[in-house]
Amino acid sequence: MLDVGRHPNIELLAYSEVEKVEGQAVDFKVTVRRKARYVEEDKCTGCGACAEKCPTAVPDAFNEGLGTRKAIYNYFAQGIPSTHTIDADYCRQLNGKKCGICEKTCQADAINFDQEDRIIQLDVGAIIVAAGYDVFDPSLIPEYRYKEISNVVTAIEFERFLSASGPTGGHLDRPSDRAVQAEIAGLEKRVNKSQRALEKFEKKYEEGSGEFYKKYEAGQYKDDEDYKKWADKYAGHPAIVETLSTLKRKVETFTVAKRLAFIQCVGSRDFRFYPFCSGYCCMHSIKEAIIANEHEPETQSTIFGMDIRAVGKGFEEYKVRGGNKSGISYMRGRVAEITEGPDNNPVVTYENTHERKVESQEFDMVILATACAPTKGIFELAKILGIELNKYNFVKTSPQSPVDSTVPGIFVCGCAGSPMDVPESVAQASSAAERAAEMVFQSQSEKEKAVA
Amino acid sequence: MPDMKDEDIRIGVFICHCGSNIAGYLDMEELSEYAEKLPHVTFVQRNLYSCSEAGISEIKKGIMEHDLNRVIVASCTPRTHEPLFRSSCAEAGLNPYLFEMVNIRDQCSWVHMKEREDGTDKAKDQIRMGVAKAALLEPQEPIMSDVQIRALVIGGGISGMTAALSLANRGYEVVLVEKEKNLGGMLNQIYKLAPTMTDASALAEEKIRAVTGHPNITLFTGSKVNAAQGFIGKYQIDIETESGIKKIDFGVILIATGASVYTPEGLYGYDGQRIITQLEMERLLKKGLDQGIKNIVMIQCVGSRNEDRPYCSRICCQTAVKNAMLIKNQIPEAKISILYRDMQMYGVENEELFRDSKAKGIRYINYDSVQPPEVESDKVRVYHALLGREMLLPADLVVLSTPLIAHEDAVEISQLLRISIDENGFFLEGHVKLRPLDFATDGIFLCGSAHYPANIREAVAQGLGAASRASIPLSQGSVVVEPIISVLANEDACIACGLCVALCPYGALEIQKTEKGEKVHVIDVACKGCGCCAAACPQKALDITHFRDRQIFAVIEAGGAEAQ
Ligand SMILES: Cc1cc2nc3c(=O)[nH]c(=O)nc-3n(C[C@H](O)[C@H](O)[C@H](O)COP(=O)(O)OP(=O)(O)OC[C@H]3O[C@@H](n4cnc5c(N)ncnc54)[C@H](O)[C@@H]3O)c2cc1C
Ligand SMILES: Cc1cc2nc3c(=O)[nH]c(=O)nc-3n(C[C@H](O)[C@H](O)[C@H](O)COP(=O)(O)OP(=O)(O)OC[C@H]3O[C@@H](n4cnc5c(N)ncnc54)[C@H](O)[C@@H]3O)c2cc1C
Ligand code: SF4
Ligand code: SF4
Ligand code: SF4
Ligand code: SF4
Repeated sequence: MLDVGRHPNIELLAYSEVEKVEGQAVDFKVTVRRKARYVEEDKCTGCGACAEKCPTAVPDAFNEGLGTRKAIYNYFAQGIPSTHTIDADYCRQLNGKKCGICEKTCQADAINFDQEDRIIQLDVGAIIVAAGYDVFDPSLIPEYRYKEISNVVTAIEFERFLSASGPTGGHLDRPSDRAVQAEIAGLEKRVNKSQRALEKFEKKYEEGSGEFYKKYEAGQYKDDEDYKKWADKYAGHPAIVETLSTLKRKVETFTVAKRLAFIQCVGSRDFRFYPFCSGYCCMHSIKEAIIANEHEPETQSTIFGMDIRAVGKGFEEYKVRGGNKSGISYMRGRVAEITEGPDNNPVVTYENTHERKVESQEFDMVILATACAPTKGIFELAKILGIELNKYNFVKTSPQSPVDSTVPGIFVCGCAGSPMDVPESVAQASSAAERAAEMVFQSQSEKEKAVA
Repeated sequence: MPDMKDEDIRIGVFICHCGSNIAGYLDMEELSEYAEKLPHVTFVQRNLYSCSEAGISEIKKGIMEHDLNRVIVASCTPRTHEPLFRSSCAEAGLNPYLFEMVNIRDQCSWVHMKEREDGTDKAKDQIRMGVAKAALLEPQEPIMSDVQIRALVIGGGISGMTAALSLANRGYEVVLVEKEKNLGGMLNQIYKLAPTMTDASALAEEKIRAVTGHPNITLFTGSKVNAAQGFIGKYQIDIETESGIKKIDFGVILIATGASVYTPEGLYGYDGQRIITQLEMERLLKKGLDQGIKNIVMIQCVGSRNEDRPYCSRICCQTAVKNAMLIKNQIPEAKISILYRDMQMYGVENEELFRDSKAKGIRYINYDSVQPPEVESDKVRVYHALLGREMLLPADLVVLSTPLIAHEDAVEISQLLRISIDENGFFLEGHVKLRPLDFATDGIFLCGSAHYPANIREAVAQGLGAASRASIPLSQGSVVVEPIISVLANEDACIACGLCVALCPYGALEIQKTEKGEKVHVIDVACKGCGCCAAACPQKALDITHFRDRQIFAVIEAGGAEAQ
């Protein structure tokens, strides 16, 4: 990413969208909308002081909504460009409330609440579509109960769990356990608040709360708003403390997730959704299981799949090694259902195809290997570019010309063309660049010939 | 260059948190306090992410405001980040070789996640060693060398032809060397191509016509590379052609030599008649099948995914499904069973073919590698792992899906060009994820089945991609080589024994006559700075810049010193 940001021959237009394309190969006119960030690109240094001070917390899209970020933000820490952006949906100032804290904080004077979308024109010779894919939403498969059972997560969410810079700092704390921890934090705040309130009363009336309460109950105090509040606070206090300590005791029994189930082909190879194979998900489940085992050597993983399609260079060996050394077992078949068992443990029901019987097994966490779905914006983009999509809504190409779209001068690479892993995407990126260069060169030399 | 006076050395140390990757496990406060006390260190700063744009601008600001003349970043691995930090130094006006990187993430925080104190102590040791080295660093100027604007493509299969055509279409001169009499490679032996079921020979002919008619392509069939010398920009190659040896210089080389099909001698009663390979099946299909054949059994993973060949050959499942469909076209009533371990029908097109084949009645039977099928005189016995019972399948023809294997002469090419091959004999790319089409050696690129079994779609894409990679030095006309190289630091000491010349794996040394008699001479652009020569020289005449003896000894001494 950094190389892209620094390359003298690359002009990076982030947070922008293509609106219109006219002309043809070698001579395209492209209209681009640069969306308002409310931050001036040429002034912002990416220091992040604004985000530190911004009072508005927003679910963090980069961490799959697993953590929070601020209303003024950089999509992720090493993001390029590091220019911050104000989220107009959440920002107080932009929603008519009083704030503007970031504007005061920013030393570079980069905040501009009046910024508007800008439209720019580009003249280009060739266009490369590298719009990628979307992660399939598994809540469309009711029997897997994603969102209903908190410990059922997607592979991409799980990547964030494994990441040292993710919401759990790389520890496999289960979402249900994290929810309890969040509840404890909330309760602690409440206990403290109630404690402080009691102390205030005690100071004011120079009497211990316990003593006061006894007398109050005995009717020794006259009916007064303040006394009533004091009494209510005192009466409610033990209950919160009790809940808190129960939860705290419960937390002591929590350990990181050690029994993992990976469910393959979630949304892929499935006529209800995407009939194709997404190609990379078998490999990333193996990878995630191996990393989980590296983080916590007791971790045992079961990968449920119809075929384990680990077909890239070195993947088969990786898979076998995962089985021998990283506590992975492979179970052939499609999982029928996921239900919730005791302690928020997901229970996986599947046909053990080798024993030929239906079995259920309890896990600490279930990870869904979701399909590589065509990206939503591709319809709009294809319309603007005039290129055809195939029946699965990937950009249409042919095996003999794997990066040529149906329009001359427009090329495609990566998952926008079909599901593929990183090495193949990288290779295809070079292929698309080559086709673009080839085409531009040929037309130039033709022009030169025509002139001569 | 004259040594800088001790008191003039001003070292800046930037310690990266790497988010929580480092800061989560080491005591950052302690590290920066420690670094401040080290000799020559005039400025210490911590960054959340030193590599972010914000981090980089902090480093540049530090250099300019504090007049730093040495910079250390204590962070992650130089493999990925050194180029970035070096160029940032350069942008701030500091010679990029006055930069030193200390890896306190991979070597400290990651491996000592649970030993905060020890990890922190180790990071201190490493920073101290880095500072010792930095004090002795010297500025270095990049070495430029011209590029011969001509590409050599070795191998005339679909990937090599695609690469050659693309480069030629961009105006570059290309020499294509094919060892067989004809171009086309594996395509010549295939009947129809999945998934489109077009004629393989039609595709081959189309490409061959384009290649032979192209004014920028010189073609040598029945030819081989015989000898090779040189380095990026200037490879001197001897090509043994039908009309004698041709000596030609090239700027870049593309390897597109493909792979061979494994012949399963001794497996499942292979006889090339009734029990054949998929490649032989292609020939039968081309000729037209004998209508008497009614029952066909295919066995997958024959000679692959085992101890000898642990890899999955990626394309044999697609080939089996394709051929099963083609058999059905010729003999609609044929009964075809495919015995498999995993059906590797990855992606959009393959899975579609797989589905269609099931609709056509092709039967798939899963077997377990510990209980492989047995081929008998007229049938195949297989334990159906999913049904849990043995099955007997009548078989007029048994087709074995064998893997693609590396060519026997791949080793020879790898030695000639000094490029690596992997444990399965395929050529080894520069980096699995980030440089799939490059070699570690500059100026040599890779595509098609020479890298790993590929289908046509993949082979074509890689051919184009390798051409793109190769076109970068060609279009720039010159290359800049890292100036970390061997130098004859003590000319008088050299006795021209030639020990280093024999040892250098890159052919970068030669003995030359000089005024002082015979001395060794380093060919700058060819030298990779590996250090073999300097280590071997009995006279200690050679040194590697940026890793001079005295620099390394200073690091070792600092390493041995106790942390205060
Ligand atoms: C959980 C998970 C784990 C994975 N792990 C691995 C792994 O370990 N190794 C591996 O090799 N592969 C892995 N993959 C696969 C990998 O993610 C893909 O191969 C790769 O990201 C494809 O790259 P791409 O550039 O084609 O698409 P993307 O990464 O999707 O990038 C597309 C980009 O285009 C932008 N974009 C989209 N539409 C538009 C538009 N209209 N205008 C402008 N910009 C647009 C998007 O914002 C995005 O930045 C994994 C995938 C998943 C889901
Ligand atoms: C039985 C079978 C069926 C297949 N069916 C399909 C299919 O239906 N669809 C599909 O997409 N793919 C199919 N494939 C895969 C397809 O054959 C390969 O994708 C393609 O041939 C790879 O092209 P390549 O250029 O990398 O290698 P190759 O075709 O192997 O070409 C390499 C060339 O390099 C030459 N060479 C090797 N060494 C040297 C040397 N030292 N010096 C000079 N020249 C050298 C060789 O003679 C050869 O001409 C099939 C493969 C097999 C084995
Ligand atoms: S105006 Fe306030 S809410 Fe909006 S981004 Fe700035 S600090 Fe955050
Ligand atoms: S790669 Fe694996 S999990 Fe993904 S769709 Fe294909 S078979 Fe299913
Ligand atoms: S592609 Fe299929 S037949 Fe070939 S090695 Fe892989 S699993 Fe076996
Ligand atoms: S450092 Fe390595 S490459 Fe350079 S001359 Fe010495 S032995 Fe050869």
